[in-house]
Amino acid sequence: MQRVGVFVCWCGSNIAATVDVEKVAEVLAKEPGVVFSTNYQYMCSQAGQEMIQESIAKYNLTGVVICSCSPRMHENTFRKTCEKAGLNPYMVEIANIREQCSWIHKDKETATEKAVILGRAAIAKVHLNAPLTSGTSPVKKRALVIGGGIAGIQTALDIADAGFDVDIVEKEPTIGGKMTQIDKTFPTLDCAACILTPKMVDAAQNEKIHIYSYSEVSSVKGFVGNFKVTIKKKARYVDETKCTGCGLCTEKCPQKKVPNAFNLGLDNRRAIYIPFAQAVPKVATIDADYCTMLKSGKCGVCSKVCTAGAIDYTQKDAFIEQEYGAIVVATGFNPIKLDQYDEFAYSQSPDVVTSLEFERLMNAAGPTGGTLLRPSDGQHPHTIVFVQCVGSRCDDSKGKPYCSKICCMYTAKHAMLCREKYPDTDVYVFYIDVRTPGKNFDEFYRRAVEEYGVHYVKGMVGKVVPENGKLKVQASDLIGNQQLHIDADMVVLAAAIEPDKSARPLATMLTASMDTNDFFTEAHPKLRPVESPTAGIFLSGACQGPKDIPETVAQASAAAAKVIGLLNKDHLVCNPCTAQPDELMCNGCSSCEKVCPYGAITYVDKEFRGPNRTTLLRRVAQVNPAVCQGCGACTVACPSGAMDLKGFSNKQIMAEVDAICR
Amino acid sequence: MPVNEEFKPTIVAFCCNWCSYAGADLSGTNRLQYPANVKIIRIPCSCRLNPMFVLRAFQRGADGVILCGCHPGDCHYTTGNYYARRRMTLLFSMLDFLGIERERTRVEWVSAAEGAKFAATMNDFSATIHKLGPNRRLEDLRCRKD
Ligand SMILES: Cc1cc2nc3c(=O)[nH]c(=O)nc-3n(C[C@H](O)[C@H](O)[C@H](O)COP(=O)(O)OP(=O)(O)OC[C@H]3O[C@@H](n4cnc5c(N)ncnc54)[C@H](O)[C@@H]3O)c2cc1C
Ligand code: FES
Repeated sequence: MQRVGVFVCWCGSNIAATVDVEKVAEVLAKEPGVVFSTNYQYMCSQAGQEMIQESIAKYNLTGVVICSCSPRMHENTFRKTCEKAGLNPYMVEIANIREQCSWIHKDKETATEKAVILGRAAIAKVHLNAPLTSGTSPVKKRALVIGGGIAGIQTALDIADAGFDVDIVEKEPTIGGKMTQIDKTFPTLDCAACILTPKMVDAAQNEKIHIYSYSEVSSVKGFVGNFKVTIKKKARYVDETKCTGCGLCTEKCPQKKVPNAFNLGLDNRRAIYIPFAQAVPKVATIDADYCTMLKSGKCGVCSKVCTAGAIDYTQKDAFIEQEYGAIVVATGFNPIKLDQYDEFAYSQSPDVVTSLEFERLMNAAGPTGGTLLRPSDGQHPHTIVFVQCVGSRCDDSKGKPYCSKICCMYTAKHAMLCREKYPDTDVYVFYIDVRTPGKNFDEFYRRAVEEYGVHYVKGMVGKVVPENGKLKVQASDLIGNQQLHIDADMVVLAAAIEPDKSARPLATMLTASMDTNDFFTEAHPKLRPVESPTAGIFLSGACQGPKDIPETVAQASAAAAKVIGLLNKDHLVCNPCTAQPDELMCNGCSSCEKVCPYGAITYVDKEFRGPNRTTLLRRVAQVNPAVCQGCGACTVACPSGAMDLKGFSNKQIMAEVDAICR
Repeated sequence: MPVNEEFKPTIVAFCCNWCSYAGADLSGTNRLQYPANVKIIRIPCSCRLNPMFVLRAFQRGADGVILCGCHPGDCHYTTGNYYARRRMTLLFSMLDFLGIERERTRVEWVSAAEGAKFAATMNDFSATIHKLGPNRRLEDLRCRKD
């Protein structure tokens, strides 16, 4: 039995107005083991805390019960208070008599009665508390960034700047992400490549940054400060250390009919390729699906022309193991597939394009060299119709329920650029709403309308029908209250954006949570926006929700700041409320191991004393306290009841039940 | 009924620390009322709820037991509430077999943002228990208060 001190807080009038605090302290004083009981106006104040500390010394208290606000509020405060007075911090229990009592009840008598019962439960529990000590675990001073878009690059640069090693794992042959495909960027209209490629080069040249391109994360083990990650370096059949990026092979390869993924299939490339001129790393990659040499063993042209001898047809996937203290997810987004949107004739006419394809058609490094030409006949389009919200803000299963956020702005950008380059074109934009919050964003949109004469029409396009080389667009004009029929040369669809498909399996590997749309969820939507609820996993960029570049970069730097804060520590304090098996009861059945979401449980063979001076070798469970997060799943799964959770033990919870039902 | 008016049920609510306990706090912060006979026990995760605790509560004279956890997919420990859901499904049907009505036990998902849902759930649950009257099935007479 402990020597318990009870401290009832008034919380000004928050508690005292509905709970008779004096009476609570009085009644609880009669509980078994209570040697001191008092009440005070503000227990969490300096004076209140000092009173607790003095009482601990004076009455030689071994357990403390504080009847106050929610433990989510001040449990830590009071633990620290008691620790300073020489009491183990885990000998403190809080009875929540504010949020769960005084604030929800009006009648003083009932509230007081309930406060007493809650206090009793806490006293019953504290009698069974045991001193716990938090262990520490070392922090591996290296960070992993998954995804090498602008988000990943910015995060890596910032972490490296603080002096820590960072690895970027990028699944494509080059880093850069979606921004490499964009032509000009709103709201300033500076060229994307001009601002992005210097950063890519910075990342490549930074001594602290290592880029694993054409690679994926294949397994993640461990926990905050100590992640063990296996990176799969996919075979690119080119020796990265030898390839100089001269590009000769990409010109000589006889396999010319490979759809160019970088240009979204608007033109073709060879089977060996460098995605674009400023790729980082600038190393060729062989597309195994198309390479004749790899498929039939006949060809070998690239190997013959390569003066550096970099081609290696026998290359295999390589697996690299590395340890990290923190992991940043920066897997970005993709526009949704539009196959299901038959009404816009996307699959029927090459002149119906997505906005990202349109970026390539406008880009000086794109398939048309920056001249806007129709994909079907290479003619200059005179009438262009932009359709916004294709698949965004949709109730049906085809689309996404959310607003993709960036489409209003990039469509205004596209419309403006068309009118600027080709003043003879007629440009229509169909919209549901124009949403342009952001610094200089609305001004930008208004410029498109007022200065550039873009026709903004509120309404949705109902149907696009390809006919005689034209696209017949039927649409409604909600403000003019009329049906419009436009003969367009091109239609551009602002497709909704969604998280990368690889994000879901990655989230499972990382035990990071996702929302129903597969965007990563943050630890707190307002106060912890760049951390995932799983300790040591951070979020950067569009993988967490639709974002434009300024927002992406801001979040990327914020994530880096959090990572730096973590890596700066030498040790992390672990939660001591972890599972603990009773080895005498454990029979090594593996039930607990199966339900543990963290892989914290392993088995060892241990010697036990058997009857008649024999020794028995028995398999028993062991919990790694640094890995265990203390959920308690194993305690219930254990058929022999050998597993218990420190701080929330079976006996403690049962004592609370008893006290409440008494 | 005069009997029921005097009847003050004892209701034990097990709440996981990360969502439902926070949801309960939120209903307090928003001053949303629910009956005082609901008493909350904080557990780290809904999967910490050992069926033993439920049995113990009924043995000691509880009239209703409710478990609140994070919404499926939102458990702080990723999968805890799935375990809890399965275990409770089994336990509750066994209790039903023993004569403890299904309405006396419940599992509800309450997020940290759903203060209103927490209060509404507790009001509803408490009203249900009120209608059912005191639990006499598993109650151990030796543990009676009077
Ligand atoms: C048509 C269009 C026009 C736009 N125009 C503008 C504009 O003018 N101004 C503006 O501010 N914003 C614009 N944006 C938005 C801008 O593209 C995004 O804000 C930005 O690209 C987000 O960067 P990110 O790094 O988060 O994601 P991404 O650019 O998508 O980068 C993610 C990277 O991670 C990699 N990756 C994904 N999954 C994995 C995995 N499992 N393992 C390893 N690597 C992985 C991907 O290959 C990619 O390289 C536009 C977007 C579109 C679609
Ligand atoms: S933490 Fe809430 S159910 Fe697991």
